[in-house]
Amino acid sequence: MSQKQYLSEMGKESSNKAIVILGNGVSGITAARHLRKNSALPITVISEESPYFFSRTALMYVYMGHLKFEHTQPYENTFWEQNNIELVQKRVNQLDAEKQLLHFEDGSSLSYDRLVLACGSKPNKLDWLGEDLKAVQGLYHKKDLDSLEAWTDSTQSATVVGGGLIGIELAEMLHSRGKKVHFLVRESSFWNTVLPAEESELINCHIRSHGIELHLSTELESIQGDANGRVAQVQTSKGATLPCEWVGLAVGVSPNIDFLKGSGLDLGKGIRVNRFLETNLPNIYAVGDCAEQLEPLPGRQAVEAVWYTGRIMGETLAQTLTSVKTSYQPGPWFNSAKFFDIEYQTYGQVSPSPDSKKEAQVFWQHPHKNCSLRLSFDPQNLYFKGIVSLGIRLRHEYFDRWLCKPTLMNEVVKALGQSFFDPEFSPTYQAEIQSKWELKKSSFALNQ
Amino acid sequence: MMNLLKKQSSIGVGLLGLTLLLSALFIAYDNKVLWLSVSFVLMTLGGLIYFQTIYGHQLSGIKNNGVWFSALTTRGITGWLLGMGLTAFYIAIYWFPEVLGFNTQGESTGLVAFFDPLSLSLNGSPATQWFMYGTLYTFAIILFGVKFIWKYWGNRYQLFRTLSVVFFQLCFAFLIPEILAKLNPETPYFAKDLKNMWPLNYYFLDEWHLTNMLTGGNLGFFFLVFGLAMIFIGSPILTYFYGKRWYCSWVCGCGGLAETAGDPFRQLSSKKLSVWKLERWMIHAVLVFVTVTTIAAIWYFITQNPELSLISRTQFISGVVVFIIALMLILFFWNKNGLEKDAKYTLISLGSILVLSLCVQGFSGQNNILFLNSYSFQKWYGFGVGAAFSGVLGVGFYPFLGSRVWCRFGCPMAAILGLQQRLFSRFRITTNGGQCISCGNCSAYCEMGIDVRAYAQRGENIVRSSCVGCGICSAVCPRGVLKLENDGLENRINSTPYPLGNAMEVDA
Repeated sequence: MSQKQYLSEMGKESSNKAIVILGNGVSGITAARHLRKNSALPITVISEESPYFFSRTALMYVYMGHLKFEHTQPYENTFWEQNNIELVQKRVNQLDAEKQLLHFEDGSSLSYDRLVLACGSKPNKLDWLGEDLKAVQGLYHKKDLDSLEAWTDSTQSATVVGGGLIGIELAEMLHSRGKKVHFLVRESSFWNTVLPAEESELINCHIRSHGIELHLSTELESIQGDANGRVAQVQTSKGATLPCEWVGLAVGVSPNIDFLKGSGLDLGKGIRVNRFLETNLPNIYAVGDCAEQLEPLPGRQAVEAVWYTGRIMGETLAQTLTSVKTSYQPGPWFNSAKFFDIEYQTYGQVSPSPDSKKEAQVFWQHPHKNCSLRLSFDPQNLYFKGIVSLGIRLRHEYFDRWLCKPTLMNEVVKALGQSFFDPEFSPTYQAEIQSKWELKKSSFALNQ
Repeated sequence: MMNLLKKQSSIGVGLLGLTLLLSALFIAYDNKVLWLSVSFVLMTLGGLIYFQTIYGHQLSGIKNNGVWFSALTTRGITGWLLGMGLTAFYIAIYWFPEVLGFNTQGESTGLVAFFDPLSLSLNGSPATQWFMYGTLYTFAIILFGVKFIWKYWGNRYQLFRTLSVVFFQLCFAFLIPEILAKLNPETPYFAKDLKNMWPLNYYFLDEWHLTNMLTGGNLGFFFLVFGLAMIFIGSPILTYFYGKRWYCSWVCGCGGLAETAGDPFRQLSSKKLSVWKLERWMIHAVLVFVTVTTIAAIWYFITQNPELSLISRTQFISGVVVFIIALMLILFFWNKNGLEKDAKYTLISLGSILVLSLCVQGFSGQNNILFLNSYSFQKWYGFGVGAAFSGVLGVGFYPFLGSRVWCRFGCPMAAILGLQQRLFSRFRITTNGGQCISCGNCSAYCEMGIDVRAYAQRGENIVRSSCVGCGICSAVCPRGVLKLENDGLENRINSTPYPLGNAMEVDA
């Protein structure tokens, strides 16, 4: 069906149909922006959390004093009115899919013609003893930031539980305000379910060099409070007692879907959607953290709570709702993070523990600086499969191209210097990495 | 605890040096060499120990912790005090130098005279308020340059750029002119800072300045030729290859101070769309103003000194006409769609100046051009832009409006280079595909008030006339999204509907 046909067909039944988006995070807002770009449909965005879109990933910088909260809002407040996007700051309690109605906490309701669920995640809690004490919290919502401000002024020692991206952010945040930080990580090395051993170890050292007490292979047992109901200490699985006045729980997030139970939506871990981001109910779609792919793409997770995938889903759904029915088709996997001072980027697939038949790797690490590169490739045909970098910026465009079309490692390594994206005059380490690869390649030639 | 003590005592030592310096306003020291040296040694020592305390033990990385909690850097009480102090100092230098001890009739006293030993050794005559100012200015760039390098340690772009501004300030703006003045005591005064080009140096083509250069022997002639060559050949070529940063954040003295001493205030620049609009009108207005002033000045020079002039009045007017027409045609045909509304207005106003100039030649008397006395143009430009804007607002208001107020709203040099940067340059800030997380650090720390994130989150490169290429957006980005670079003109602005990462097929 051409775009014209599709539009006219949709036009018959839905020329002025109101689109309601539940959630003003990156997925919902990206959908709204592209819907507005492509159409004049009435658009309403609902969020209880904040009146305007802000960058969730930037909350840490507000606490650290790099930014004010308003800096995390990518659009001026007048933007929404100018673009005729209605914002509603209310909490939705219930979805009535049959009547196409959303019921708010305050008793009012809103009808929709089409509903986009972009309600994000919520932090996990693991039913620890004492997890509801005062000054025990996660970092996800804007109000978590207020809670941090309220409790950490009177904090000398803090404990952060959970060795993931939010965990290390919390550790950095508390450390930036001069708190003594204990960082409990369940795994034997930081984030080693994703990072290969050497990279993980490099980050372990970096965390410690900032003066953080890193407790590896350590879980939280329980939290004990004082007379006022505020946390006073934690027990670790290794039997240690750590006195602290604040505890950060960062053991992952899961889709925020409790309020949708009983609505008739097919719910699993998240809201189940097909490749077109459609739920089992008509006129209801889901994007971002809350969506669970019924048929995940090869090598990808069913739920990917990542900024970039949320954005891509928003872009995709806007197409479907305004012009051409479009399936969710993200390009090659990419992601990035920053561990204290060390930037991390990855493109494609690099396994922390590769199956030697399917994936081989070449690794280079700077002798004393905090930077490293690891390229993975197919040992059968020497095609490039992915890259992980620490402390080195890489050009997305190059790696996207090398991953979309089968590219030999030789070619990638030869052009690696150009793919570096560090500021001008930075070293590129091209020669060092090249020689590592030559060495590796010869061993493969011998094997064959 | 130790650190806090060290921090506070280092501030104390620095302030002691500053107090000693300021005490010269009221105390006539007998041994100026000694006390001037003591004052500078104390300020340097205090500064260095302070920088060592805050950055010395840290790993290389971004050091913006607490920027928005400090009263100094967020228009709090200390920020206000500093801003008012600086403003008062600038008002005194420009309009009441006698307060500082400057005496046009005889020997200076006070703070100005405090600098006599240094002035005598460098240029052979007693200090003026400008010598004192130049010394302090250079000192500030060097001292805070050290701080800046320390703060951004590990980023070689920042290191080289800072070494460059320090070098150009120390040698080109300060030492060389003073030494040249000493070596040529009988030559009439003209500006001897090679890097201070027209129109930043707005009096370069003024009647008195041209006369002094032309009667200033080989040296004067060299400065005239070099100055003209930089305007018409050097600057366009450099800007084509590197963008305006070659000047604004690598060479320029105003930029030098903004990047070093002004660095703690960079986040105070407004990022509002309305302010961007204001900026474009203002900077282009200043450009028109300086052009008119310059044409008037040259006109006046030719009228007054026909014997010194290489060209006649008719030739000059025809030259201006041809130059402006050629420039406008090139701009229009080179990149018609790249011109914003305000840029077009600038061109149209320049065009009208040309028409008016033509009329003037027919109608007006000797000293007048554009129906105004040419001196009044110069006087008002000197007062309004040269002093009030670049000095008082430009530096005095660092703690209120950020470090680049002058460069953003008032510098005619930045306007010209910016126009070229926007239309005809290889420079851009490349956005790294789809990696942006919209955190806002780039926009917050852009001293020119560019909303960098607005481009980065769309996956679009940043090509803005105001960008001075300081590279801090790239430095503070937590996801490696931005890179300053020079590359071909093709696809320089890579406007795409979606940032990289989405492989959906849309049948458009």
